Amino acid sequence: MDELKQVFLQESGEQLDALESLLLELEAHPDDEITLNGIFRAAHTIKGAAGMVEAAAVESFAHVVENVLDRLRNHEIAVTTDLAALMLACTDHLRVLVASEAGMDQVSAADIEAQTASLLARLRAFGPGGEVQATPKAEEPGVQRIPSPQTSHNCWHISVRFGSDVLRQGMDPENFLRFLETVGNIRHMETLADRMPAAAEMDPELCYLGFEIALESAADKQTIEDVFAFVRDECQLSILPPNSKVNDYVELIESLPEDTLRLGEILVRIGALTADELSEGLRAQAMDDGEAPAAERHDKPIGEILVAQQVVQPEVVAAAVAKQTQVSEKKAQDAKLIRVPADKLDHLINLVGELVIAGAATSLLAHKRSDGELIESSSLLTRLVEEIRDASLQLRTVQIGETFNRFHRLVRDACKDLGKDVELLISGGETELDKSIVEKIGDPLMHLVRNSLDHGIEAPAVREAAGKNPRGTLLLNAYHDAGNIVIEVADDGAGLNRDKILAKAVERGLVEPDAHLSDREVYDLIFAPGLSTADQVTNLSGRGVGMDVVRRNLLALRGTINVSSQPGQGTRLTLRLPLTLAIIDGFLVVSANRSYVIPLDAVVECVERPEAEHERNYFNLRGQVLPSVCLRESFGLPGERPARESVVVVQYAGQRAGIVVDRLAGELQAVIKPLGAIFRHLQGIGGSTILGSGEVALILDISALIKISGQAEQRLLARPEQRSA
Amino acid sequence: MSVIRQAFAEDFTIYRVAELKPGLLGLLGGAERIELDLSGVERMDSAGCQLLMLVKREASAAGKTLAIVAHSPAVQSLIEFYNLAAWFGDPLVVPAE
Repeated sequence: MDELKQVFLQESGEQLDALESLLLELEAHPDDEITLNGIFRAAHTIKGAAGMVEAAAVESFAHVVENVLDRLRNHEIAVTTDLAALMLACTDHLRVLVASEAGMDQVSAADIEAQTASLLARLRAFGPGGEVQATPKAEEPGVQRIPSPQTSHNCWHISVRFGSDVLRQGMDPENFLRFLETVGNIRHMETLADRMPAAAEMDPELCYLGFEIALESAADKQTIEDVFAFVRDECQLSILPPNSKVNDYVELIESLPEDTLRLGEILVRIGALTADELSEGLRAQAMDDGEAPAAERHDKPIGEILVAQQVVQPEVVAAAVAKQTQVSEKKAQDAKLIRVPADKLDHLINLVGELVIAGAATSLLAHKRSDGELIESSSLLTRLVEEIRDASLQLRTVQIGETFNRFHRLVRDACKDLGKDVELLISGGETELDKSIVEKIGDPLMHLVRNSLDHGIEAPAVREAAGKNPRGTLLLNAYHDAGNIVIEVADDGAGLNRDKILAKAVERGLVEPDAHLSDREVYDLIFAPGLSTADQVTNLSGRGVGMDVVRRNLLALRGTINVSSQPGQGTRLTLRLPLTLAIIDGFLVVSANRSYVIPLDAVVECVERPEAEHERNYFNLRGQVLPSVCLRESFGLPGERPARESVVVVQYAGQRAGIVVDRLAGELQAVIKPLGAIFRHLQGIGGSTILGSGEVALILDISALIKISGQAEQRLLARPEQRSA
Repeated sequence: MSVIRQAFAEDFTIYRVAELKPGLLGLLGGAERIELDLSGVERMDSAGCQLLMLVKREASAAGKTLAIVAHSPAVQSLIEFYNLAAWFGDPLVVPAE
């Protein structure tokens, strides 16, 4: 796949995510203009990107979607549940189209086409003519619509000439126009009294007034007309819908008593027409009537009038400004984010690690030579390097909010399927953690959320009967705690049914029927493979796979999961994960003045090694015999064994063993640096880390060490003469 | 340049415009610049506004200047609503009292 397409895939994926979350937001707040605009922009970007890589299927479909969104944005159609659902379906379909464009489709071409056709048919219902519209705006061939700079304000044009007698009948034009303000927003009004005769003939009790009005309104033509209902017979009223053809305006001008040129000028000032359109329209009209020379005469003055008066069309300016902000916003957004391939970041972090080592070596040299100035400058260097290390580790972290937000859709769809009403609350979305963890946590989280929706939260009727709010709550929360990130999935549903779980577990032979288990032990049974308490298997969950997978995934991330539950109150699942896979809590031990790190979660306890057991490969821990590994022996370290040695008891995969070391040096946070390729076959060493002192410490691979010790023991048993040698 | 300043206290409404018209037009003959003080006008309707437009138009046609030097809130409101402020070309000044 070429690079352009790669970018397209990535970008359209992001835009589709944005589109989806905005659509969900729109469902909650149908009147939010910002959301609407965001939705439109996302669809538009997808279309544009598709056009760039010539993904015709995506482009044409996105185009139709965009059209409907445009109508939404212009308030020509209203946001309804149906429309939102349709738009979500379209988003899904766009995803399929994009995937198929990338050759990663799992759907057959025929299915895609059928889906496209069915969605297009549904979209058509929101297209022109389908929805109630004030004035039908059917496309006519060869008609040039006034382009959007003016139409962006969606203004009706109203031309009204009040009859002479309205004032005498006690009807003041002012009242009607003030009333018009309740229907919409009068953006511009021009008052004309051109019909007023010379002073002598002018009767002050007659009305000579006329108005040209640009009205911004979502009302239909009938509503606007009704404003003038009382004087309808007395006045000359023309109402042009927004986006009318130039010709319609020209016809209006011709039908009015005032001078064509003056009216044209007013229309331009109101912003209904641009000067070019007007002169073009007038000329075309005149051509049709066969009076080209007359129109030509009119043609020029309009331009001159405009220049002379320096008429600036506010609508045009507003549109230009809006366009400009949009462009600069996009630029700012682009500038905020840089795409970097993950392996480049890893390389950077590795280099930083090297830097730390090199810096430490320098500072060691400086100390050795007792060069005060060098020590000072190298300590400054060390501090800076540490900051760089922290900053580069931070580069890999992302906020968890994005992962959380994906569940809005899941909750919404699941609620529809299950007939439940659940509100998803998210907090702590700004909590940061390593990107590789975020990617791996998505699936387990989805299982948990589905479980809560399916089994946890009851149906509205059941909830109401139990005296609870029929609307259930699902809380996703994240926070940092002692170098870990904690993610909570909590619901206010029925809670876990202890007896049912226990009964199932006994039935499956997971526990003895007469076993006495604490609540916590019982709840932990839900993570056992093949155990489901659901009476019914739904398409969401209940098949009994899931929770065990969740736990396994978490363990792979060095994380843990805990359940707490209150019958009738709800269930809370607490996930605890390391902030990054690149940092572990370690236990530092020293043998022959060399430092080694044992992963802290493998450490069970530390004891002093009894003198009597110095020569054995096992030791006695309170009556239990454990195999032991002496680091000195295993790694062939030089020097004499000290008088006092310590044993670190470690546990791995249910097996325990002792590691004999010279000295214990306490806990530390170790940044794991992988070993180079040539050390790949080295057994017993999992990686390396750099200590605060700049010294390199090897991280022990506990599982391999336990295996080695077992093998060594077996070899010794096979050839016992070696022991005495 | 001769200046006439005339203050009006009566309503500029359909009920009074017939009486007002001759008086207003009469002012045009008196000086080059006619200043109308409308700060005492409590009510004005479209008929009154239309009459002012006539006087303004006639004054301009005769090469004279008609200026409204003081507006009551009622006058100002209607002139603004009809978007005629620029056409009259007067600074809209409402006296403090």
